[in-house]
Amino acid sequence: MTAIQKLPATALAALLACLTLSGASGAGAPGAAPEFRLANRAGGEMTLSGLRGQVVMINFWASWCGPCRQEFPALDQIYAKYKPMGFTLVAINVESEKSDAERFLGQQKVSFPILFDPDNQVSGSYGVRAMPTTVLVDRQGRLRWSHMAYKPGDEAKYIEQVRAALREQP
Amino acid sequence: MQLTRAAALLLLLPATALAGVLPEDRADLMYHYYDGGGVTIDGPSLLVRKKFAEKYAVSANYYVDMVSSASIDVITTASPYSEERTQYGVGFEYLRGKVTYSASFSNSTENDYTADTASFSIAQDMFGDLTTVALLFSIGKDDVTRRGDPVFADEIDRRIYGVDVTQVATKNLVLGFSFETIAEEGFLNNPYRQVRYVDPVDPRGYAYEFERYPRTRTGNAFALRGRWYLPYRAALQGDYRFYNDTWEIVSHTAEVSYTHPLGERLTFDVHYRFYKQDAAEFYSDLFPRENFQNFLARDKELASLTSHTLGFGVAWEFRSPLEFFDKTSVNFKYDRILFRYDDFRDLRTTGVAPGTEPLYEFDANVVRLFVSGWF
Amino acid sequence: MTALRALAVLALLFAAAGCSSVEPWVKPYERENLADPIMAWDRDPVSSSYMRHVYEAREGARGGGGAAGGGCGCN
Repeated sequence: MTAIQKLPATALAALLACLTLSGASGAGAPGAAPEFRLANRAGGEMTLSGLRGQVVMINFWASWCGPCRQEFPALDQIYAKYKPMGFTLVAINVESEKSDAERFLGQQKVSFPILFDPDNQVSGSYGVRAMPTTVLVDRQGRLRWSHMAYKPGDEAKYIEQVRAALREQP
Repeated sequence: MQLTRAAALLLLLPATALAGVLPEDRADLMYHYYDGGGVTIDGPSLLVRKKFAEKYAVSANYYVDMVSSASIDVITTASPYSEERTQYGVGFEYLRGKVTYSASFSNSTENDYTADTASFSIAQDMFGDLTTVALLFSIGKDDVTRRGDPVFADEIDRRIYGVDVTQVATKNLVLGFSFETIAEEGFLNNPYRQVRYVDPVDPRGYAYEFERYPRTRTGNAFALRGRWYLPYRAALQGDYRFYNDTWEIVSHTAEVSYTHPLGERLTFDVHYRFYKQDAAEFYSDLFPRENFQNFLARDKELASLTSHTLGFGVAWEFRSPLEFFDKTSVNFKYDRILFRYDDFRDLRTTGVAPGTEPLYEFDANVVRLFVSGWF
Repeated sequence: MTALRALAVLALLFAAAGCSSVEPWVKPYERENLADPIMAWDRDPVSSSYMRHVYEAREGARGGGGAAGGGCGCN
C-alpha cells in the first residue's frame, strides 16, 4: 500500500481514539458561583446574590443557537413546575444586540426571567465553553453542576439536579 | 457518456456538517439547464434530508440529465444524439458528541455507462469547536459499454481519499483547507472518441484513429478557502485549488464570491471563477502521423484551456402557505461560462491546412431554478 | 511522497490534538456572526453539487470541494 493509502487508515484510528462525548456534565468541588448584575428584560436589574436562598438554574443562550432555542419549552416547563418550591431559572442572553433575541422571544413565549449579557462579562466569568450551557446554583450560592450543550432528553438530567438541590436542607 | 464519469466523481456528500449539530430538515426541488457548445442538458434534481432525535439524519437525491448533444466532437466525427442519465443517491449521518459519521451511496445510469459510488466520512470538532477535521473515503465502480457494440465491456475502479479542515480564525473569518487524491484504474477514455493525425492522402489533410489512454490515473487536489463576515451583514469568500495528476494535467482554479442579504427576505450573490489547465502529456490536437505514440488523446477536456465564469443568484424567502414547511424560498441562479481552448481546434472550419483551424471556444449558459422548504 | 507523509503526520496531529483541551480564542458565545446562515460554506447543496458536476464534466481537474464545520459551534 502506498503512503497515501495508509494515511486515512492511521488518521482514522487516531480520530476514533479521541471521541469525546457531548453533553458533558460535571460537578466540580463546590465553589461560589460568580456574582452578576444584569439588565432584566422585564425591567430593572437582577443579581445572583438577590436570589440567595433559592435554587437557581442559569441557562446561557443565544437566538442564533439552534439547540438553545430548542430547549426553551422544556426550560419553561421546569420553571413552572418547581418555582413554587423555591426554585428559579434565569436565561442569560449572550448576544451583543437585543433585536434578534426579542424577535425570537416574540414567537416563543416563556415565563422565566431573561437577562442580557451583551459584553459577555458574565459568560466569561462562568467559563462558558459551549452553547448552550446550563448551570445549577444551590441555596447557599454555590455552583454545583454544569451541563454543556443540549440534545432532546437532556431536560431529564436538569430535573434530576433541580430536585436533588431542592431536597437539600437550606 | 463523459457526463457519467464526472457524476461518479461527484460524491454524494451529505450537506456540510455543522459543529455538533446536524443540518436542518429540508427539501429542494430544482430545475437545471445547461446550454453551450451545441449541447443542451436539462432536468430535475430533488434533494430531501431529515434528521431524527438530533442524532441521525437521512438524505435522498434523485437527479436526471436529459441530453441533446450536437457538440463539436459529435458534429465532426458522429451525428447528434440525445440520451438520458438518471442518478439516485441516499445518505446517512450519525452524530455522537463531537463526531459525525456519514455514509452515502449513489448510482448513475445511462444507456452505455453505469456508475456506483459509496462514500464514507468522519468529521470531528476539536480545539473548542474552532477546528473541524474530516476524513473521507470513496470507492466507485463504473461499467462502460458501447452503443451498437454488444461485445465491448470494460470498467473503472475508483478510490478517493480526502482530508478536510475547517478553522475558525476570528469572530468573522472561517478558513478551510482540503486535500483529495483520486486514483482511477480501468477504461478511462471514451469508446467513441477519436484523435486525428496528419494524412496527406486524405482530402481533409488528416485522418482519424481511436484514442488510447493509460489505464491508470491518479490526481491530487489541494484547496484553500476563506469566508469573511462583513460588518454590515454580507459575506465574501475566496477559493483557490491546485490540481495535478499522473497524466501531467496541472490546473489552477480561483473563485471569488460575494453574498449580500437585502432586508429580511432577499439574498443576492455574485461570483467570478477562473480556471486554467495545461494539457495532458499525451494530448494533441493533431498528431504528426498514425499511431504516433503509445497514448493518444484529443479530448478537449484534457486540452490546454482557460475558463471564466461570471454568475449571480437571487433567493427570496417567505412563510410557506403550506403548514408543513416552516419556511420556504425560491431561488434563481445564472452562470455564464466562457471556455477558451489553447490547443484544440475547431474542425467545423474546413478548407485550411490541418493545424491552422481556429482555436475552439464556446460560451455556456447555466440556469438553476429551485424551491426549498424547511420543515 | 514525502508531502503525503507530512500530511499523514498532520492528520494524526489533528486527531491527537482533539484529546487535549485548548482554550478557544473565539468563545462559543462570540460565534454569532459565524452562525449566520450567510456564513455557511454551502447554502444550497442541491445547486452547488450540480455546478461541481458541470465543471468536472468539462475540465480536467477533479475534487477539492469538501467543506465541513464552522457555523454556530453549538453542542
